[in-house]
Amino acid sequence: MGERELLAAKRAHLEFRARILQSTRTFFLEQGFIEVQTPLLTPELAPEPHIEPISAGDNGLLITSPELYMKRLVVAGYQRIFQISPVFRRGERGRLHHPEFTLLEWYRADADYHVLQDDCRKLLDWVCKAAGRWPGWRYQGQSLEIAGEWQTLSVRAAFRTFAGWDPVMEEDQTRFDTDLVEKVEPHLGFPRPCILQDYPKTQAALARLKPEDPSVAERFELYWAGIELANGFSELTDAREQRIRFEAARETRSTMGCPLYPLPETFLDSLAHLPPCAGIALGIDRLVMLLADAENLDQVVAFPPE
Amino acid sequence: MGTTLTAGELRKGLKLEIDGEPYLVVDFEFSKPGKGQALYRCRLRNMITGSQFDRTYRSGDKFTAADLEEQQMQFLYHDGKRYHFMNTSSYDQLELTEEQVGEAIHYLTENQMTDMLLFQGRPIGVSLPNFVNLKVTRADPWLKGDTAAGGTKPITLETGFVIQGPLFIEEGEVLKIDTRTGTYVERVK
Repeated sequence: MGERELLAAKRAHLEFRARILQSTRTFFLEQGFIEVQTPLLTPELAPEPHIEPISAGDNGLLITSPELYMKRLVVAGYQRIFQISPVFRRGERGRLHHPEFTLLEWYRADADYHVLQDDCRKLLDWVCKAAGRWPGWRYQGQSLEIAGEWQTLSVRAAFRTFAGWDPVMEEDQTRFDTDLVEKVEPHLGFPRPCILQDYPKTQAALARLKPEDPSVAERFELYWAGIELANGFSELTDAREQRIRFEAARETRSTMGCPLYPLPETFLDSLAHLPPCAGIALGIDRLVMLLADAENLDQVVAFPPE
Repeated sequence: MGTTLTAGELRKGLKLEIDGEPYLVVDFEFSKPGKGQALYRCRLRNMITGSQFDRTYRSGDKFTAADLEEQQMQFLYHDGKRYHFMNTSSYDQLELTEEQVGEAIHYLTENQMTDMLLFQGRPIGVSLPNFVNLKVTRADPWLKGDTAAGGTKPITLETGFVIQGPLFIEEGEVLKIDTRTGTYVERVK
């Protein structure tokens, strides 16, 4: 098939995608959020042990997530903001991965991760209704539902049940990542979405530790049909602690032989003024893929990467 | 020695050397928790024995590309034990056992050109063109009204290989055979 035929054959999925984007925007605007746009080119990024930025040469780096810029807006008093933005991550290519993909990211001042979980419930309910997927539909032969209670599991409980060990007690990043993909994720989010929460503190990233149990961080991921859809947390607002974590992440990158970039000093400076807030990123392409009953991401973007 | 590859270069169709043997990546899946390490899940097939296994690799794992080379070689003759081939540009000769030649023994006639796959200089497989022409050495006459075998009958080819073909085929005719399926295609004038 030539390109014209291929694109024409995608029309139903692309129209469906447009409807989901439209209803997502309506949802946030009706809740009093402001839609923002922040740069795709940046001189500084949060160092992550396992996320590789793509360099834009003299112009800096392409963002792997808009989170640093969005938090700088929260610092300046923007209480509720959302953004639908392309992001770029080197070397990620598979059924559920594109090196360029679309994130929906939103922040709420004076909120924690429980409020975001509530946002997720309302947002998906709203979008499913707009997309004609309420109360449920079939995804690749399996029944999925949106109407009804969602399951909430702690990381600890999920690993004890499906992998037979406690990742909060035992620190083993490699075993964690492998078992998460091979043993835990395949059970999450059937038939309704599942919230996996309270990550070991070593995997807190930019999340604050849980005040009543500092061995875990107030971070959660949203799963549906075994697929990771979103990652959110109660944001860490302690600049000193954040610097220590960034330095540790940088150190891990150094031992793995990954390229090193300067720490995001502008962001760290602004962090001192960050009010208590919570933020989350949701993969739009994956959500469209699920709702459209598409087998992979390539089917729901007009021009998949090579 | 083959080139060194990183996990990020893994994909379907890639050929790797593992424990001194060549493997083909027959299935490949990239997975990665958002903040976690990438996993490269592969199904690998041993290119000599055909056995398969699954293995998961991570970023940082390194591989050696299998040192494979394909050469055009002409089949010369079979001496009763071994099959003799010659590279038509270098005139180098090779001997293969029946086992090494594999399925191709059914279609080899003198002077037939083949693609020989070599691993570290050692032959590991012979591939033929998709179609070859072979002479019929035995085809029992067709008796009118004999439809017992569903309109086909056994036909012996010059290599000794027996196929099922149409009832009208006669001894001495040349047939076009599909080497991928071992089936009759048509008569060749």
